[in-house]
Amino acid sequence: MACFIVPVAEAVISTVAARILETKEKKSDESQKASDTDFSLKICFSKKVRWLSKLLWGGSFLLAFEHLWHCEIKPFFPFLTAAEHSESFSVMLHEMSTVGVSMSLTVTAAWIGMLIVSGIFEKRPKTQETREMI
Amino acid sequence: MTLLITIIAAIICTLIWYKNAPKDKMNISMLCFMYWGASLMWFADAVFEYSELRTEFFTPSLYDMVNDAFLGISAVALGLVVWIVILLITDPKRIFKKEI
Repeated sequence: MACFIVPVAEAVISTVAARILETKEKKSDESQKASDTDFSLKICFSKKVRWLSKLLWGGSFLLAFEHLWHCEIKPFFPFLTAAEHSESFSVMLHEMSTVGVSMSLTVTAAWIGMLIVSGIFEKRPKTQETREMI
Repeated sequence: MTLLITIIAAIICTLIWYKNAPKDKMNISMLCFMYWGASLMWFADAVFEYSELRTEFFTPSLYDMVNDAFLGISAVALGLVVWIVILLITDPKRIFKKEI
């Protein structure tokens, strides 16, 4: 009905968070550049948050298309067919709180898995090949 | 069927991305994120559907299967359209800039 709204809300929050982190990291990078000469292989956290926002935006976009396919979205106010009647509206809210939230949690869990895997790779000793890549 | 088609598309895109990694000039990673994101969301939806329908979930009617397959293919095609539009706008190979 409107379960994709929950991941969209999370996508907005993660995009804003990534922007804020990016500006903070740029500021700290500039101050470190003068003293630090050793380059690390670590992926900055803002880029990792971007992974989450890309997963959420991409998934929500295709899910919105599915809702359009099933005529659950319309191009005029209130945009959601379920929001037209109070009975269907309460069903929509229930679906958002169950299916929508679990969708967001599934994507976030997959992202946490990605963080763990990338963390393991970052901790590995650097080979000659990876040093040359830097 | 929608979930299956999207997962297959996500796997194919991930393989293409991995083949060219770490280079990503064609922005294949965008397709990977889009299809994996949708697959994860449809997976969560499928879990809820399974909890309601139980064994009926695995024996859909032919009409539902064809409709879901058509939806899955259309979703994959829409993702490709979005990707190609973004690719042409960003123009990572600077083809249009060279022409001008």
